[in-house]
Amino acid sequence: MATLVSHPDEVRVISKRFGQGATDIDRYLQLDGYKAVQKALAMQPDAIINEVKNSGLRGRGGAGFSTGMKWSFVPKQSAKPKYVLCNGDESEPGTCKDRLIFEHDPHSVIEGVMIAALAVGSHTGYIYIRGEYRYLSVIMQKAIKDAYAKGFLGKNIFGGGYDLDIYWHGGAGAYEVGEESALMESLEGKRGIPRIRPPFPAVVGLWGGPTVINNAETLAAVPHIVLGGADWYAKLGTPKNGGTRLFCLAGNLNKPGVYELPMGYNLKKMIYEVGGGIPHGRSLKAVVPGGSSTPVLLPEEIDISMDFDSVAKAGSMLGSGGVVVLDDTACVVKFALRTMKFYRHESCGWCIPCREGTDWLEKTLTRFHAGAGTKKDIDNIYYLAENMLGKTFCPLGDAAAMPTMAFVKKFRKEFEDHLEGKPCPFEPQSSVEQLPLLA
Amino acid sequence: MRFSDEFEARFAEMLTHYPTRRSALVPTLLYAQDEVGFMSDEVVAELAQRLDLTELEVRNVISYYSMLTTKPRGKYNVQVCTNIACMLRGGEELFNHCRKRLGIGHKGTTQDGLFSLEEVECIGACSWAPAVQVNYDFHENLTNGKMEQILDECKKKLND
Repeated sequence: MATLVSHPDEVRVISKRFGQGATDIDRYLQLDGYKAVQKALAMQPDAIINEVKNSGLRGRGGAGFSTGMKWSFVPKQSAKPKYVLCNGDESEPGTCKDRLIFEHDPHSVIEGVMIAALAVGSHTGYIYIRGEYRYLSVIMQKAIKDAYAKGFLGKNIFGGGYDLDIYWHGGAGAYEVGEESALMESLEGKRGIPRIRPPFPAVVGLWGGPTVINNAETLAAVPHIVLGGADWYAKLGTPKNGGTRLFCLAGNLNKPGVYELPMGYNLKKMIYEVGGGIPHGRSLKAVVPGGSSTPVLLPEEIDISMDFDSVAKAGSMLGSGGVVVLDDTACVVKFALRTMKFYRHESCGWCIPCREGTDWLEKTLTRFHAGAGTKKDIDNIYYLAENMLGKTFCPLGDAAAMPTMAFVKKFRKEFEDHLEGKPCPFEPQSSVEQLPLLA
Repeated sequence: MRFSDEFEARFAEMLTHYPTRRSALVPTLLYAQDEVGFMSDEVVAELAQRLDLTELEVRNVISYYSMLTTKPRGKYNVQVCTNIACMLRGGEELFNHCRKRLGIGHKGTTQDGLFSLEEVECIGACSWAPAVQVNYDFHENLTNGKMEQILDECKKKLND
């Protein structure tokens, strides 16, 4: 349903079957489908893990942790069953890539889960899809059913003597469930409240059993790595950042869309060439490089390589691949407010710094944007955000704090322009509309 | 209480997917809501009984998930995303347009019970913003004009 785009600089690995009818299992088989899992069946589990380690594949959900390394933390022997859990609760504002994978290539996710299961010695996998993506849940349910009908899942898969079941699971609207421990709680039929770590899910996860949790895009890359080899995949990207990733270009761009580009692609080029630049002859004001939780970058900071390490060096994060571009007509205070409104809405309330911090920050930013801010508020906003950092069970508190601190630090002048009853310089009307709410 | 055959078949199968019965709860709640319209007392009691939970435990879960509601909604739930990517491309204007056209606000329902309106958080359509979900259907790259057409079509579908 979502429109597909293309650019000559794209390197299509994960997206190579997009638009090819690969939701149909026979078509998927024609397009090299389920070859990788058969290859993996003949490999030793450690060999699979090493292959994924050497490929330089890092978690596409946002943390960027080495996938192979994560798998290696699962104990070989376990009294409790081991599980593989695919995280398809895509909800980070700016991110819309897993949706395309589920829509166009659901079997690649199934195959990725299968290979992960073989690597860690698990016999059960779950594919969790957010509740809003109902049509994708329908596609996935059919894909799983078709895989069972062919004998690819269930008892003795591909006649290799290995039993493996994979099931779908659906959410019902919650950003926080995208966090791995909350995801497990949700799958267990509870509120998505995060768990304290350690123990990490690789040791104590679903129903107490060791659990591997990977993002849908990460798992969709795995069959390509097994089939094409770790060296080939690693070389597509930069050292320590193997392969390609789906970048979701959004905001004030001429050609927004989801593009698959090599890891390490230049951000400036991504905006001006792939994304077609800023429309209406306007200029660039800021870029949120990896979803709403990543600190904003200024125009002079975007000549960087889009890999986990380079973006971290630039003071932000590669995150989930959601690149949101703001032109010079966007109000940063309003943008910060909308971001905070989201985190306040999504905070589960379990940890006080996050529950109270997001609420106070939203209130302060609302008042501030409406023209009732004081100079002291600017430092207060920064201080409130800073005090949420690292003080919560899950990273939702950090996700709200980090961008807020960056907005204040990098756009202090724009905050000051809202002071002393001045209406928002970008849209005086909406400020007036908001003022009565504060009385 | 009676759900559709499709619901029952899915529910029975889902119970075989997990080591605990309660694990089927979250997706089951949403499928039940799709049939009944909201999380009625009857649905809560029924699912609690089926999954060996107390009603309180079920309500505790319902209140966490934003798609679940204990109040009836209109036949068409118009969910307008105003989160950052949509906001930059006119999501708020679109939401205000819907407010005026439908004469209701956030989480309101029209008197004829046809439409509900909701300002929602990111629905995963950032590259095709601004976007709206009407029930489960995505509508993307919207303008006020296109939104009018969508609402008109909803009305027409009902009259047919």
